[in-house]
Amino acid sequence: MRRASTIHWLVALAITSLGLVSIAAPASSASVRPKASCNWATATSAVSCGGMSALVSAAETEGHLNVITLPSNWANYGTIIKDFEKKYHIAINSENPEGSSQDELNAIAADAGRSDDPDVLDVGQSFGIEAAQKGELAPYKVATWAEIPAAQKDPNGDWYGDYGGYVAIGCDTATVTVCPTSFKQMLDTGQGYKIGINNNPTEASAAFSAVFAAALANGGSFNNIKPGIDYFAQLNKEGNFVATTAGPATVQSGATNIVIWWDYLQASEINALPGYASKWKVVIPTDASYAAYYDQAINKGAPNPAAARLWEEYLYSTTGQNLWLEGEARPIELPYLVAHNLANAKALAALPTAPAGTTTFPTQAQITAAQTVVAADWPTEVTSGP
Amino acid sequence: MEQIRKRGLVRGVRPALAMAPFAIYTFIGLGIPTLAVISLAFRSEQGKLTLANLHTVAQGTYRIGFENSIILATITSIVPGILGVFLAYAIATSHSGMLRRLVAAASGVLANFGGINLTFMFIASLGSTGVLTVWLAAIHANPWHYGFNLYSFYGVAFVYMYFQIPLMVLVITPALGGLRPSWREAAENLGASSFKYWRTVGIPVLLPSVLGGMLLLFGSGFAAYATADTLTAGTVTLAPIQIGAVLNGNVIAGEENIGYAIGFGMLVVLSITMILYGLVRKRASRWLR
Repeated sequence: MRRASTIHWLVALAITSLGLVSIAAPASSASVRPKASCNWATATSAVSCGGMSALVSAAETEGHLNVITLPSNWANYGTIIKDFEKKYHIAINSENPEGSSQDELNAIAADAGRSDDPDVLDVGQSFGIEAAQKGELAPYKVATWAEIPAAQKDPNGDWYGDYGGYVAIGCDTATVTVCPTSFKQMLDTGQGYKIGINNNPTEASAAFSAVFAAALANGGSFNNIKPGIDYFAQLNKEGNFVATTAGPATVQSGATNIVIWWDYLQASEINALPGYASKWKVVIPTDASYAAYYDQAINKGAPNPAAARLWEEYLYSTTGQNLWLEGEARPIELPYLVAHNLANAKALAALPTAPAGTTTFPTQAQITAAQTVVAADWPTEVTSGP
Repeated sequence: MEQIRKRGLVRGVRPALAMAPFAIYTFIGLGIPTLAVISLAFRSEQGKLTLANLHTVAQGTYRIGFENSIILATITSIVPGILGVFLAYAIATSHSGMLRRLVAAASGVLANFGGINLTFMFIASLGSTGVLTVWLAAIHANPWHYGFNLYSFYGVAFVYMYFQIPLMVLVITPALGGLRPSWREAAENLGASSFKYWRTVGIPVLLPSVLGGMLLLFGSGFAAYATADTLTAGTVTLAPIQIGAVLNGNVIAGEENIGYAIGFGMLVVLSITMILYGLVRKRASRWLR
């Protein structure tokens, strides 16, 4: 692992970027499409191209779908992939399941024109926007487009929010006497708090979001993330912060007894550990509600354009939305499902209670500005330099 | 005459042919990417030639990253370098062939051990609730009570010892083998004390090899990424971690060229290290044939 050090993966990345240059061939139309029907590669909705049944038959003719960076234990993707394959007899080729959003963008650039080029993406919002600006995405609006909140979709249909959750505080009730329910309470000393976040906030969006939530709890705003950095600096100084990558392993070993992480990942990764179903308590902090959603997008050069569109229709159907919910992620159309009694009640009850009122989100400009601040200040403020 | 010349030519071609797969592999795996990193470091996101990326990474948090990486690499080359020499000497002069083989094999494995596995091994053993920590606490010697913090700069340096010391043992053992017993016998026959032997023969002969080994350790410590990244959640700013953040991360989008510029900076540092290594190697090989 260490030997796959900087130089080695610089190498890998450099090859990837070279691929961009060397593979200049246009996307081949490997898929066979029925003559009479319209071109699914440019269809912006199912209706515009003959409706759902035409889409299903075109997708089944393609027979394949390439997905990327979908871990099977993440937001229930393992089940979702199996169910889709069974329902439509389409074989899913799942590439690099543990990869990052940047890996996805690198892949669609490097694999362009190949039959295994990813058809669909599941990316953090800034990456969806970046890909859209580069003209790498095919706009498409699913049948339930209207139920996706306007703040969580590109008006053109290049990318659209899919599932997400809230920054939550998970706590081991077996070793912590008083489980904190707010950022302020986590500053209490003498309680034996060993608080961790999942990775480096300049690298991982879960950790970045934890800092943003801390800012909201400490007088900051979507325009001002600095109080969040100050908060962790103070936590670090007090000795409550465990500056390592927290997750199931650090929880089991006792290195961290409190983790600030997405509620749905706490559920699928920590509550799922043997014995942790009841003793790991997850709450949304009372002094900050910060939510974020990932986005779906279709690769413009998708080798299986109909299957890609069918995948999106499936994900945004009641079935697809409930499957995410069963993975303890909050599907984007959850308010609609709840209002129409369509949500899986048991899965819904398993989620930590969401804060009342409508959730607000930072704009992309606010996020970018905050990222710049975190990139510059996190390493110097919350630091243990030489 | 003609015949001989032809043979000579064939003889020259054959080794070159044998080398070709390796040369091609190295060129594709290392040469092209190196050129790509250098070229992209000087380009803007729009592909125009620029010095802006280098300017950015020469200051602020990126400069701190370089400074920390160099300090970390220096500490983790000198300390394990010295410890490694003593360990290797003790092993080389031991009478147990079994022990020598065992240490050689273990060093080969441990020198390549790193990343998430290594991180978790240390969290599980020396984290605040680690197994070893709990044992030490039982005899009132909990290192965390004496200022030890695994998730800090010195924590990272400490963890690096785990692969740096075996690496030093690996690179220095052949040099120790070159220290011929007959030299020591000759010195003793001429009345030299052990101290005098080391001062006038042993250390001068070994020094270039030790320095060379330390330079290799410097390169290894400077470029190591996964261990520090997983251990410290970015609270220790190091150049490789910053490359990871811009090239590989989920947070910062569209700043890849900054990553290439940091990569270029690292290439410069490593090139200097390699040139120095080449120089001391030349010196070292004088005695060790």
